[in-house]
Amino acid sequence: MWSSLPSFVAVYPETILVVVASALVLLDRVVKFKDVFTWITLATVAVTLGVVYWTVGTSFAFSYAADSYALFFKTIFLLVLLLATLISPGYGRVVGIHFGEYYGLMMYAVAGMMIMASAKDLVLLYLGLEVMSLSVYVLAGLLYSDMRSLEGAMKYFLLGSFASAFLLLAITYIYGLTSSINMEAIANYLGTHGLLANKALLFSLALFAIAFGFKVALVPFHMWAPDVYEGAPTSVTAFMSVGPKAAGFAAMGRVFLLALGTAKVGWTHFLIPLAVVTFFVGASLAVVQTNIKRMLAYSSVAHAGYAVLGIIAGTKEGMSATMMYLFIYALMNIGAFGIIILLRQKDFLGESIYDFQGLSKTHPVAALLMLVFLFSLAGIPPTAGFVGKFYVFRSAFEAGHPLLVIAAVLASCIAAYPYLRVVMLMYMRPPEKEVTLNLTGYLFTSLAISLTGVLLFGVWPEPLIHFARLCCGLAP
Amino acid sequence: MTYVVWIPFLPLIASIITLLFGRWYIQKRAHWLPCIAVFGSFLLAMKTLIAVIHGARASFDLYSWIIADTFKVGVGFQVDPLSAMMMAMVTCLSFLIHVYSIGYMEDDPGYYRFFAYISLFTFSMLMLVSGNNFLQLFFGWEAVGLCSYLLIGFWYQKKSAADAAKKAFIVNRFGDFGFALGVFLVFLTFGTVYYQPVFEHVHEVAHETIRLFGHDVLLVTLMAVLLFCGSLGKSAQFPLHVWLPDAMEGPTPVSALIHAATMVTAGVFLVCRCHEIFELSNVAMAVVAAAGTFTCFMAATIAPTQFDIKRVIAYSTLSQLGYMFMACGVGAFAAGMFHLFTHAYFKALLFLGAGSVMHAMHHAPDPTDMRYMGGLKKYMPETFWTFLIASLSISGVPGLAGFFSKDEILWSAFASVYPWGKLVWFVGTLVAGLTAFYSFRVVFMTFFGEFRGREVLHGHEPHESPKVMTIPLMILAVGAVVTGWLGVPSALGGSNHFAHFMEPVLGHPHFHLSPALEEHEHLVELLLMGVSTVVGLLGIYIAYVVYCQRPELQRLLPEKCPKLYRYLYRKWYWDEIYLYSIIKPTLFLARGVIQGVLDSACIEGTVNGIPDLIRRGGEGLRKLQNGVVNTYALIMATGAAVVLLLIYLF
Repeated sequence: MWSSLPSFVAVYPETILVVVASALVLLDRVVKFKDVFTWITLATVAVTLGVVYWTVGTSFAFSYAADSYALFFKTIFLLVLLLATLISPGYGRVVGIHFGEYYGLMMYAVAGMMIMASAKDLVLLYLGLEVMSLSVYVLAGLLYSDMRSLEGAMKYFLLGSFASAFLLLAITYIYGLTSSINMEAIANYLGTHGLLANKALLFSLALFAIAFGFKVALVPFHMWAPDVYEGAPTSVTAFMSVGPKAAGFAAMGRVFLLALGTAKVGWTHFLIPLAVVTFFVGASLAVVQTNIKRMLAYSSVAHAGYAVLGIIAGTKEGMSATMMYLFIYALMNIGAFGIIILLRQKDFLGESIYDFQGLSKTHPVAALLMLVFLFSLAGIPPTAGFVGKFYVFRSAFEAGHPLLVIAAVLASCIAAYPYLRVVMLMYMRPPEKEVTLNLTGYLFTSLAISLTGVLLFGVWPEPLIHFARLCCGLAP
Repeated sequence: MTYVVWIPFLPLIASIITLLFGRWYIQKRAHWLPCIAVFGSFLLAMKTLIAVIHGARASFDLYSWIIADTFKVGVGFQVDPLSAMMMAMVTCLSFLIHVYSIGYMEDDPGYYRFFAYISLFTFSMLMLVSGNNFLQLFFGWEAVGLCSYLLIGFWYQKKSAADAAKKAFIVNRFGDFGFALGVFLVFLTFGTVYYQPVFEHVHEVAHETIRLFGHDVLLVTLMAVLLFCGSLGKSAQFPLHVWLPDAMEGPTPVSALIHAATMVTAGVFLVCRCHEIFELSNVAMAVVAAAGTFTCFMAATIAPTQFDIKRVIAYSTLSQLGYMFMACGVGAFAAGMFHLFTHAYFKALLFLGAGSVMHAMHHAPDPTDMRYMGGLKKYMPETFWTFLIASLSISGVPGLAGFFSKDEILWSAFASVYPWGKLVWFVGTLVAGLTAFYSFRVVFMTFFGEFRGREVLHGHEPHESPKVMTIPLMILAVGAVVTGWLGVPSALGGSNHFAHFMEPVLGHPHFHLSPALEEHEHLVELLLMGVSTVVGLLGIYIAYVVYCQRPELQRLLPEKCPKLYRYLYRKWYWDEIYLYSIIKPTLFLARGVIQGVLDSACIEGTVNGIPDLIRRGGEGLRKLQNGVVNTYALIMATGAAVVLLLIYLF
């Protein structure tokens, strides 16, 4: 009867990650030289990426598709894992999280994200989300001797469960309405029975918006983000400011555009006010922060607001713009966190923005890199950040939301301030503290990748655009 | 033909490396990399030129920066006779001037910076001429402007140099503003910024009009005039000519390369590149002709009154650029390009010769003042002979480059179908005489007679410049003679290769002669040549009489007609007119009204108010972030409730 079983090829990448992750967790006691875990993780990233590309086009029954849409997101996740792994060893040794579980948990989380990106079944989507979330909760609390870390993890867990409840409720309503949890079946049902006037459907859409809003940190469901970002180990912050957010957008795109595409009027109705509030509140709160991790937390809230514009556009163009935005965001945000980690020493946190004062005098190269990443985050050409913003704004504009785009541009004007303040401190103030760099070969590689990406896609975005459009099923 | 890409990029790479490592590592060896890179570009440009002569054409995009439906921003290259010729000329001159600068800039503390900048300039200029779309043209346009600014203010410690740099930059802003509007209009009309589709479709909109301030204006007229604004600024034509003479504050090789041979001709290049647009509008052609003719005449009257050797040559540049626009304004674009081409050689030679003289005089307090020169012929023979060739060439002495190109313009103007052709011809012939006069005034004041600078040199004897400077002079002298032979008109038994080469891009001028003249076309052309040659020789003779034989005649104009003399000496008072009509009112408006009222009350209020509001809002919202998880949950729940309530707002 084996032949009746569906082919498992589609889930090979996730399987590899889970198996290797479990092995790392088990081997931690035995292996004394912890860099081995870093190497294994890097090797796994390479192998998984290869397998992802090899298995593209396969599917597991009707509920799991390794299609090109998932391919793009999986590339982002693996890029995030790669960069986060590379920034970890030096920092991990300083704070004491350089061990097998750390890398294992990151891989579990990435496996969860991949499930979210590939799931065509709402229950499977929920499963992926929980696998990812639980791993990230633990990662956030990994510095268990530090109260801030524990507190952040606890808050994240409590509020995260709250959000999960919303998601489950949303799925329940959809099931009640369409008697299906398969996204294609739901889309078919909604296509034939126009349920737009049905309040229950709207209720379900709103609940989806809330649940995903929590995962990607849209205001007012962002409250967890600053505390968790600040408390978590910096390398974890870098990881979770990008990975789970991208996964949230992957799920959002599939649910809203595939399953609920016909109800577009409904969900844009909820997403537009959320987006506007998000980028204004995110930008304004970033202005008043003095802790750079908190500042970047609010900045990531604001960036989620920009990225959601592509979903609001509701077109394939828009989705490809959002995907490209997330890819670029991964490069520049982890780059910026890499510089924060670079400053971290045993007795020096390097988390206050004033620690960056005069960095251009003491460490000109580090300051220049930070400048590039911050300019990119602010969306100043010729960095990739500009290109990303340009395309999401454009897609929203063309989908008929000019006012929304004007609001977003105004908000990004406010959002430039916190980044430029750090640049100002680095370049126009004399150094006050003695800062030494904690540079490892891994960190160097990570920064080099980020910098290359940010500059290369800034002046030559065509391959990335092409790739994103291709993955969205748009003709090249 | 993708190797064309390397023509601009080699100098760019050299420039970046020199700029990054120049100060600490390369220092005195800074000239090697740029020279080699530009020479490499030159070889590639020659390869391209030969390929184009054999019929090769190409237009391709290297990459696209932004694609948004029809709007595409790309870096692309167009290889056709026009761009191939420009690339060959720019790289050739740039290389010679790079080499010359090794000697001229020796011992300058900014040695590496100088080479980095002129390489960067070469890159920008090549991007400008080789692009296949208006945006790349605009990029090159602004980039050469930036390099020009950097190089005019190269000795930024000197206030006059810093001021001149600012002046050049700001005056060019006016032109560039119009140019940018022109490019916008092109995009608005055609939906693309690429040359090919624009020039293909421009005939379809030839009769469309736009309503502007209550008048119907022909669309192509507006487009051409706006684009021409850019030309006015970059090529220093009236009324935006005031920056070029001041730009002489830069090092002399810069004046030769940027402010004589290449950058300032970009305006002519623009008009020729877009001649399809200009030709559709008689108004635009008249504007071009008027600007060229007026500048040509005005500059030629100012030049004989100046004593600064570089300024005289600068005014002569203005005047010669005027000739090129005169040619464009009568539809003889190939003639304009031909003059651009020959002018590049003899004008670069004049500047470099002047630089060589300044090098000899560098102990004097003002090494450019001709009143302290004289008799330099015997001290620096190589400089003298090359300078003399250039002066003969610009004066239109038969057989030299300037003769052929100038007569091509005068003939095209005379025979032109445009009604203003005869006037253009008349002014052009008159200015030919003036040109010969002031050019030889420089020659006689500098190289003939007795040396007058003994006391200012404090015992130093003037000396010939090193070989690294004189050899480029000699090569350019060859250019100043032979380049003209490429365009020998059929009236003299030649076959005008240059015009035939350019014909696929620039077409040929429309002639209209009365039937009586048409029968004897060649005869008329020869007659005109004779007239302008006689006028030119007369100019040289008068200069000889005034500056060699009877020096007392020099006081004639200042004493008999002091008002006219002052008027010319003060450059028609343009600087003063601009000072009182534009600069002072602007400053008054800026300081008094805008800074005093608008700025402090409205703008600063807003600028300080909004961030204050944001900060306060941020602080307020921050209070909500109190760290208590119950509050967070409450806020989330409230948010959820609000979102759910939105359902009822449908």
